[in-house]
Amino acid sequence: MTSIKLAKKLTKKFGKACSEPGEALGEVTIEVTDPSRLVEICEFAKGELGFNYLVDLTAVDNYGEDPRFEVVYELYGYAHFCHLRLKVAVDEESATVPSVISVWRTADWHEREAYDMMGVTFDGHPDLRRILMWDGYPYFPLRKDFPLAGKPSEMPDVAFTNKAPLEGGPFVTSAGGKDTTKREPRSRTAEISSSDD
Amino acid sequence: MEFQEIGYNTKVEGDVIVTKTDAVINWFRKNSIWPMPMGLACCAIELMAASSSRFDIARFGAEVMRFSPRQSDLMIVAGTVTYKMALAVKRIYDQMPDPKWVIAMGACASSGGMYRSYAVLQGVDRILPVDVYVAGCPPRPEALLDAVMKLQAKVAKEPVVFPAES
Repeated sequence: MTSIKLAKKLTKKFGKACSEPGEALGEVTIEVTDPSRLVEICEFAKGELGFNYLVDLTAVDNYGEDPRFEVVYELYGYAHFCHLRLKVAVDEESATVPSVISVWRTADWHEREAYDMMGVTFDGHPDLRRILMWDGYPYFPLRKDFPLAGKPSEMPDVAFTNKAPLEGGPFVTSAGGKDTTKREPRSRTAEISSSDD
Repeated sequence: MEFQEIGYNTKVEGDVIVTKTDAVINWFRKNSIWPMPMGLACCAIELMAASSSRFDIARFGAEVMRFSPRQSDLMIVAGTVTYKMALAVKRIYDQMPDPKWVIAMGACASSGGMYRSYAVLQGVDRILPVDVYVAGCPPRPEALLDAVMKLQAKVAKEPVVFPAES
């Protein structure tokens, strides 16, 4: 039982809804072109093909491409030790994908994290709210157009955020200084005590 | 070393020391400083190690790690303070009775550490007044004990009977 055999079984069953399995670096990926059949595909993968472990569920932001997001499902089967990757393209306007929580319960928190960080909503999720940031935080932090340092926001009595300065501050070194005093501006040289004799 | 005659006869009156109230009260306070361990991340492991037998924070009277803020004097912020946790840390600090001190342990508590990001508070001194900063990621337990000693030196100098105008 290899991943590519199981992937071919899946594409044979679902034909139009997913692409041919692509193999790269020993890993097999299937692009699901019809998101409305995603739950059916996942149920087949879990039931018939034995992929009973959802290793990971993440979203990828291809900023500048259309469709913008890609939701990636990494599957594994304990019985046959095979991995499989499913990718679903999601465009920015709708940004929704059916939830696979009915197939693997672990998708619950993974989907909440994908929603929190990227803004991809999952249809049919019973409790889709933010998991890492707080409810009411106005941005989706892991999108490519969100700066690493963050943006200021304020929710009185809940939380606040500020921009984190990426450069500057009291602990800055200048690389390539010839000695410690030039590299570490706050360091002090030891007092060289004069000898008496 | 010459012992000075203080002006009374110890054989008659017993062992008495004459000193200043400030010195005595500060001596009590600094030698039994009960921490409130705000152990948020990896620095908490080094904090636990400092309470273990090898490094022994009990030498300083600080083995009583009271997790209730109402029974502690010193808050050791050990770990990354995220924005989500920041207001909870402030609320716990506000519940501590005076006199209280804060040690910011580790790089994340002192300045946000390696996390210059959207989710990490860049230093707990943005929400609390910090007395001693400990550098390190994580600082060795001996560095934390050095911070406790520096804090003891700070407590010893505090005016108690006539407090400084704040």
